[in-house]
Amino acid sequence: MQKDFRYIGKETPRKDAASIVRGKAKYIDDLKLPGMLHARVLRSPHAHALIKEIDTSRAAQLDGVKAVLTYKEIPAWRGGLPSHLGVLSQTVRFTGDAVALVAAESEAAAEAALDLIDVQYELLDAVYDAEEAVKPDAPQLYAQFPGNLFPLACPWMGPNSLQQVVMGDVNEGFAQSDIIVEGSCKYDNIPNPLPLEPPGVIVSWEGPDELVVWSSTQAPYFLKMLLYYGMGRINVRSISAHCGGSFGTKAAPWPLVYQAAALAKVTRRPVKLFYSKAEHFAAYTLRLGSTFSGKIGIKRDGRVMAVEGEWLINTGYCSDAAQGMVAVGCGEVQLLIRCANWDIRPKLVCTNRSASKMVRGYGGQELESAFLPVLSMAMEKADLDPFEFFKKNYVKPGDDYYWRDGNLWTCRGTDYAQAMEKGAELFGWKEKWKGWLKPASVNGAKRTGVGVGVHGNADVGEDVSEAYVRLEPNATAVIYSCVSEHGTGQPSNLCKMAAEVLKLPLEAVTLTPPDTLVNPYEFGPVGSRGTYAIGSAVINAAMDARQKLLTRAAAMFQCEPEELDTEDGMIFHKGEKGERIPWKALSVEHTYIGYGRFEPDFSVPNFVMIFVEVEVDIETGKIELKRVVGATDVGQIIDPQGLRNQMHGCLGSAGIDSAIFEESILDKKLGRFLNTNMLDYKWRTFAELPVFDSVILETPIDTHLFKAVGFGEIVTSPAPSAVLMAVSNAVGKRLNEYPLTPDKILKNIR
Amino acid sequence: MPEVLITLAVNGQKYILKIGAGQGEVDPSHTLAHTLRENLGLTGTKAGCNRGECGACTVLLAGKPVLSCITLAVECDGKDITTIEGLEDPHTGELDPVQQSFLESGAFQCGFCTPGMIMSVKALLRDLPEPTDEQIREALSGHFCRCITHYHVLEAVGRTIGKSR
Repeated sequence: MQKDFRYIGKETPRKDAASIVRGKAKYIDDLKLPGMLHARVLRSPHAHALIKEIDTSRAAQLDGVKAVLTYKEIPAWRGGLPSHLGVLSQTVRFTGDAVALVAAESEAAAEAALDLIDVQYELLDAVYDAEEAVKPDAPQLYAQFPGNLFPLACPWMGPNSLQQVVMGDVNEGFAQSDIIVEGSCKYDNIPNPLPLEPPGVIVSWEGPDELVVWSSTQAPYFLKMLLYYGMGRINVRSISAHCGGSFGTKAAPWPLVYQAAALAKVTRRPVKLFYSKAEHFAAYTLRLGSTFSGKIGIKRDGRVMAVEGEWLINTGYCSDAAQGMVAVGCGEVQLLIRCANWDIRPKLVCTNRSASKMVRGYGGQELESAFLPVLSMAMEKADLDPFEFFKKNYVKPGDDYYWRDGNLWTCRGTDYAQAMEKGAELFGWKEKWKGWLKPASVNGAKRTGVGVGVHGNADVGEDVSEAYVRLEPNATAVIYSCVSEHGTGQPSNLCKMAAEVLKLPLEAVTLTPPDTLVNPYEFGPVGSRGTYAIGSAVINAAMDARQKLLTRAAAMFQCEPEELDTEDGMIFHKGEKGERIPWKALSVEHTYIGYGRFEPDFSVPNFVMIFVEVEVDIETGKIELKRVVGATDVGQIIDPQGLRNQMHGCLGSAGIDSAIFEESILDKKLGRFLNTNMLDYKWRTFAELPVFDSVILETPIDTHLFKAVGFGEIVTSPAPSAVLMAVSNAVGKRLNEYPLTPDKILKNIR
Repeated sequence: MPEVLITLAVNGQKYILKIGAGQGEVDPSHTLAHTLRENLGLTGTKAGCNRGECGACTVLLAGKPVLSCITLAVECDGKDITTIEGLEDPHTGELDPVQQSFLESGAFQCGFCTPGMIMSVKALLRDLPEPTDEQIREALSGHFCRCITHYHVLEAVGRTIGKSR
């Protein structure tokens, strides 16, 4: 295949690089509109309560306050899946739930007004654990969801969205198994993905049904669609600022939009709502709580014969499309393990804590982090090397799996065994693996251990993308794709792809601002879909535009368009040293617009394997993460720096450290989180960086012109269970708890 | 009440600001970060937590890195302040070597922590032109980066040191 690319696979500075290092990139909090008011939200101090009385009169009289809204006077906009949420409600369902909204001339005035709102609550019993919430006598959060159970259908993934993993005959599978284990593991420490920038929006009504929204979503068109349906078919123009980190959590900030838009409607002024870090911690997005309890049967040679169990999922006080994460989790577990007989039944449960919403890992990280420790018990019993086990069991071309749409798909991707081998070699797996529950080394109280995890996602080809490319006579090109920069470099990568197709200098290719008024439909850069899905739309649009240009030129050259080529804004006859004419010679009053579209394709799973080495001090219980190796095969690297950065992201956004120290600590007596600040919520610093090496192979994958597949979203997912494995091996005892803080280590080994 | 003024010398330019609660005035409770962003329009300084816990708001006060979100503007009266906007050459726009190295190393992802980190690196290299790896990590340990760009940031610091040799 062609490898002599100008830009693909080469290090090129990101398009926004200079603006970022100069401090000129504009994030949502950097934007101001004339006449803009500032909003604050009064939040419930109780985990479950009914608002008996609410008096806003004192607050409304404060200088600078322009509006105070309660559940009594808000628009009937709806959200949640199935629809169960309004802008505000008379019932508050978690500590931090919105009670009232204030808009004022300054943030300080809005904040001061919150203290002047008088609320009387009738306290209701609350429930926090999923196991408790499903019991018959548990407090009920919603009358329409008895047993605190949400239905599992996810209509936007199709009429038959995946709601379980059921196939084959598990009884027969167990009968054929050499080893059967039963067990349970909880990954319910609900870590916070915690992008540095808190979420925020600015809204402005331009007419009774015309709303303009500025936000930090990476997927402005997706947000527009959500608002269109949730707010009564209104016309929304959705614009993104630079996004200061999302990890999925900022894709759909509709609750903030509703809050700000309600205030903007009554005040007839633009309104900005920017959450504080405390709100970001206590009232925004957490990972799903996840418990797997079940039975797994395997053969001694590592073939998995049957998996049966319950996946209990705690989504907090509401479901904001958690069903989508259930569907994807159910799909991803099948990529992990080749098995003919499955019976995993999910239960999606609501409880009185802040919500688990969209997060990188998207159901797969949560299911696998609970499932793999149980599967490890079977590997241990059979004395199987987990690396060899994963290599044997990870999905291979020709294997079938049910994906989120409920359809059976056949993998036509790559056999990732080579990337696994290279990763193991670099890590030194064969030397360090001493067997289950055996340390790799012992030095006094310090024990080292190794672990490995694997993950992949077929959502790299999810949903629809559209793009235009406009060629200008001055030999430049503009890409119309509704994608904002959220850290992955995707907008710049799209420019690289178009520049490669059009053989233009990279500087000559630009991208429109992420604004739905300008751009065609785009689901957005989520689920690692940027490279394949969005990339395909842009490549197709660039090729279409090129074809239109050459068709016009063909008349001048008196030949067929296919006989022509273009490079650096010149058009010429292929293979001949003839005339070269610039684009503008065709006409300076002619642009060429190409259109490209991508339709969903779930047949190409991506892949990452994470190897970890930890050192555990058995006297203090402290874990030191010594070394991490990430291995993948992406078909073709688009941008080496960006890709390595994405790989390193395994250490961030509620990834690897959700097994070591990251947790949202819920006081179940008070019903509130205890660590809603960046000192008490632990995070990895520069002083504690492990050695990190990456193996990134490039075996062409049949996706688009550049044979590449997306990667970023998946990298956190295999890490937590790999850490549990490594620590268990280091201390010589199976530890199936997250996170392994020193108290848990010491409790278990003494 | 007599008019009270403070003078901030930001990026080589003097700003005389009135203390008060009115529009465009500096309230005694206002932080330096707030004043830089809201009064002077210097939004390159980011507020990640507004509690002095994440490092994003780092600026140089009399040459030393400080957390501008927990520094009161009134405390800075008469002092020199450098923000991210003050690093490039004001006439040519040429980037500071630290900025240039971050650009070349791709030492950012979402970029929200980047200005603060660059300011800390700037201060470090002024005091210690040839820091050890441990000193670099220590100097940056107060900066939260959730995307995990740490490895590329370390490369960028190394690149800057290499250039100055």
